Amino acid sequence: MNWMNTIAILLVAFLAVFLESYFRGLRNLIGAQIDLLPALVVYASLSANISTVALIATLGGLWFDSLSTNPLGISVLPLFVIGLVVHYCRDLIMREQLYAQFMLGLAASAVAPLFTVLSLIGTGDEPLLGWCSLWQWLVMALGGAAFTPVCFYLFDRFDRAFSYQAQPETSFRPDREIKRDRGRHIDY
Amino acid sequence: MLRRQYYMTVGLVLLLVLVVLNLPEQTAGKLKLALGGLFLPLFALAGSAQNLAEQTGNTLAPRSALLQQIDELRKENQRLHEQLAQAQEASRENAQLRRALGWQQRVPWSLKPSRVVGQDPANWWRTIMIDVGLRDKIRPNMTVLTSEGLVGRVTDVGFDRSRVVLVGDPNCRFSAQVQEPRDQSVVAKGIISPSASSLDRLLVDLVYVPGGSLLKPGQPVLTSGDGGIFQKGITVGQIVDVRTNDHGLNLEARVKLAVNLNRLEQVWVMLQ
Repeated sequence: MNWMNTIAILLVAFLAVFLESYFRGLRNLIGAQIDLLPALVVYASLSANISTVALIATLGGLWFDSLSTNPLGISVLPLFVIGLVVHYCRDLIMREQLYAQFMLGLAASAVAPLFTVLSLIGTGDEPLLGWCSLWQWLVMALGGAAFTPVCFYLFDRFDRAFSYQAQPETSFRPDREIKRDRGRHIDY
Repeated sequence: MLRRQYYMTVGLVLLLVLVVLNLPEQTAGKLKLALGGLFLPLFALAGSAQNLAEQTGNTLAPRSALLQQIDELRKENQRLHEQLAQAQEASRENAQLRRALGWQQRVPWSLKPSRVVGQDPANWWRTIMIDVGLRDKIRPNMTVLTSEGLVGRVTDVGFDRSRVVLVGDPNCRFSAQVQEPRDQSVVAKGIISPSASSLDRLLVDLVYVPGGSLLKPGQPVLTSGDGGIFQKGITVGQIVDVRTNDHGLNLEARVKLAVNLNRLEQVWVMLQ
């Protein structure tokens, strides 16, 4: 993963926060807004180093909170914890598998709002919670899960487009080459 | 080496979060507005695109439809003129009676129109962003309404935009009164608070209504003026159903809001 991809993820995170604030259609239709940041953090954790994960969690969380009534910085920690755990277990995760991407997205999108709401309650805020919150939680988890494979597909394509292509492997090895010539010339 | 990088990153993020969360309220507010300001070009761009689409739609509207609309507006204008004349007469009479009784004169509302530019991306808050701020003399706790009724109150004010907490948010509880539609008499008073059990954003609860109050579905609910934030008599909605609470000590009613909060495009901020 190169720096272009990091910038691309940051840009998408910025746009995602804007779209979540600007478009009200989904919330009016199904009663909940989908959060795309956990899916982006999952992708970054499996594709980039820990500093990039921290950058995306921090900036994404701060941008989200700046457009929300949340206290500034409250969304950073849930996103970063998700990124940290996924990054730590990255060797055990089959990143190419669609199923794995979906399940990771589901878990991340379910854990992030839960952790944020718990943090809000811990800081003395009083978020709007009730039976309808369960429905909103389900929508957020499923929406984030559905977006995660899309995220992997798009960013992997972007990464391929802007990075050096891998040298195709051939069976040729210079050290095993048989030098052909006319052989030793013997004068009789 | 990798483990060290982990520890350093975790430490830095934790430190940053702790610092930001413990900032003084005013500084945090300013930082929030500054960060939110990064989105302003996008909001402006989206608004311009929407206006352009509307204008394009208007140019494509057939002439006959426009003429029909003009005709309807002309009729409505005439009807409103008649209502205004009656209202002016009633207002004069009201002012005379107030003078006679020595009551304080009613101050006319001064309204500032504004456009809704965004909403809270989190599902657990009900707030919107409007495109007026300090430069338009907007201050915290000003009332926000539409022609249908109450929308909410201003909470945070930036230079050119403000956050409005909507009716139904946990941070927008206020006193309201139920009126009898026939004689406008006050039936009961209660507190408007969010209805967390319903997915419908247009339903709120009227709680702490004294038991024995004669609440009925269809009765209008208005602001009571208690609490000093909202003026008396702004329409909130109407009662949908009533249930008893605390062994009959209190009544609770579900109230359908008069304003469709899902379709807010333009609102007015009450400056006085």
